[in-house]
Amino acid sequence: MEIPRIPLGDWIESGLTWLTSEFSMVTRGISRFTQTGIDILNDGLFWLPEWALLGLIALLCWRLGGVRLAIGAIAGLALIWNLGLWEPMIETLTLVVFATLVAVVIALPVGIAAALSNRLYRVIMPLLDFMQTMPAFVYLIPAIPFFGIGSVSAIFATVIFSMPPAIRFTTLGIRQVPVELIEAADAYGATRSQKLFKVQLPLSLPTVMAGINQTIMLALSMVVIAAMIGADGLGSEVWRAIQRLRPGDGFEAGIAVVILAMLLDRLTQSLRKTRK
Amino acid sequence: MDETRPVKIKVRGLSKVFGKQPQKAIELRNQGMKRPEILEKTGQTLGLSNISFDVYEGELLVIMGLSGSGKSTLIRCLNRLIETTEGEIIIDGENIPTLKEKALLECRRRHFSMVFQNFALFPHRTVHQNAEFGLEIRGVEKAERHKIAHDALKQVGLEGWEDAYPNQLSGGMQQRVGLARALANDATVLLMDEAFSALDPLIRKDMQEELLQLQSKMQKTTVFITHDLDEALNIGDRIVLLKDGEVVQIGTPEEILTKPADDYVRRFIQGVDRARILTAESAMRPLRSTARESDGPRTALHRMRDHAIDSIYVVDRNRRLLGLLEADAASRAIEEGADSIIPYLTQDFRKVPMDEPLHNLFAMFSEKSFPIAVIDQQEQLLGVVVKGAVLDELARAGEQ
Repeated sequence: MEIPRIPLGDWIESGLTWLTSEFSMVTRGISRFTQTGIDILNDGLFWLPEWALLGLIALLCWRLGGVRLAIGAIAGLALIWNLGLWEPMIETLTLVVFATLVAVVIALPVGIAAALSNRLYRVIMPLLDFMQTMPAFVYLIPAIPFFGIGSVSAIFATVIFSMPPAIRFTTLGIRQVPVELIEAADAYGATRSQKLFKVQLPLSLPTVMAGINQTIMLALSMVVIAAMIGADGLGSEVWRAIQRLRPGDGFEAGIAVVILAMLLDRLTQSLRKTRK
Repeated sequence: MDETRPVKIKVRGLSKVFGKQPQKAIELRNQGMKRPEILEKTGQTLGLSNISFDVYEGELLVIMGLSGSGKSTLIRCLNRLIETTEGEIIIDGENIPTLKEKALLECRRRHFSMVFQNFALFPHRTVHQNAEFGLEIRGVEKAERHKIAHDALKQVGLEGWEDAYPNQLSGGMQQRVGLARALANDATVLLMDEAFSALDPLIRKDMQEELLQLQSKMQKTTVFITHDLDEALNIGDRIVLLKDGEVVQIGTPEEILTKPADDYVRRFIQGVDRARILTAESAMRPLRSTARESDGPRTALHRMRDHAIDSIYVVDRNRRLLGLLEADAASRAIEEGADSIIPYLTQDFRKVPMDEPLHNLFAMFSEKSFPIAVIDQQEQLLGVVVKGAVLDELARAGEQ
């Protein structure tokens, strides 16, 4: 006896087609909003001359992370500039910043809600597992019918891929607040929102920041992969190097990604420490 | 005790079952089953069973019991950090278990301040911000709450530490912050959940003394939880003794020590005694003054005035106790022009040997207020025991 193959893929596809056609208004709106945001951010960063932006970033690093970070930032960014990768680097930075912002804006309330409601927690956690373990490339495919080739699709895939840690860490941070502190707040007659804003959120901030740091790192890795669906930036340099079999170019762009990643990581980590 | 004092909190028939079918457990309890059987039959834990007591206005009531006795559950039922299963808790006419959420918040804000065993200070707030937490929650205006919190910190001796963070303070100081947070809130009842148990013994003793001082100044209704009998005896106006979620005895420290309700309490108190064999000697104090048999009434009266006492023990040349001279009697002797005080002495006082157990002394005090004379085999006067010293001594005994 032959068991018929379950047409799981067909179902998903027809579901996606339905979504695309029924919600084209929504996707088009999102698309326009996202594209405008990216353009504004890009234009702003390109409007500044290279040396000025480099100086600004170095200053930021110095204030938040100290002299060593600032020196590292100058050296790294100068190398990128020298290699002629400044423009793709800025495009990548824009995508990462924008995707991270969107992810955090969604993740914080969801994370808080999951921390406060056990039922929601049980629904969201497996969903996050799904989002995180699904191979990142797969998200690129439905992004195209939704938003077409280009940066908006890249942002969509990146947000989905990078959001889980921000949600997870927010939930964890709030749940980790010691029971006795919650009891103390309750004993003095705090309302739910007083408890949240005066006790739970401030105490979970270091953990939330760790989650945002993770989100940024994931966003960076995804944004590079998203070059396959036409996202601009360092990823497309790597992609081009692959197609032309030019390992030198590939590594140059790859090193630029590493520098950007380290910079973003150290910056957000120092932000976390100073906040503490 | 004085049953006419105004009652602040009235607890009646309070029970708490931990588990999903509390009614089942209550039914079995009503059939006379105890905690272990109920747990075995239903899987429900009978945390508190049919607890009734009053907290009088202005008293310091100690709820004492070993771990598992339900004392922490009980204090959390009072301000409903834990929901009760049945029974009433009435404070100023409101029944706490049935309050709606908003009324409950209001009730907690108005009536309850709480001090926690492990301090439960907010690590992200300064000492000052911790102290004003309750006021901030209640929406007290900034300048005002700043001042109140400052005063509260001053009261507990933390002036100058306002801007420190809790993790910069020692345990004792942290609990002072906890106390300041409670005092600043100025709720009508102070709940203290094993407030001093996490402190080392010397600091604990200091904190107890300070609490007593604050208490004598403010007369705040206080419910104090402890597992430590000595602490209970030392600070409690009255003590509620819990065992396995039931009240075993309610009474003043003296009543608990002298009239233990059952074997459980008796064994408990014996723990105090065994720590050191307590006798009259241990609570004895040297005499401030004695009169000699050769003294005239004027000299004797003069000595009494000098030492602000209204009776004096009279001894012979070998310090053998002859009797007690009261100030009234001395005055009478002067009026009657007597030379010797001997005819005016009274024997209406208690004398005990040095090794008299301390417990026996309680009963003697209730008759007359004279200090009890402590004598040796030759009837020589060694010292006296005053009422307060007996309790102090009992309380101190367990700490060594």
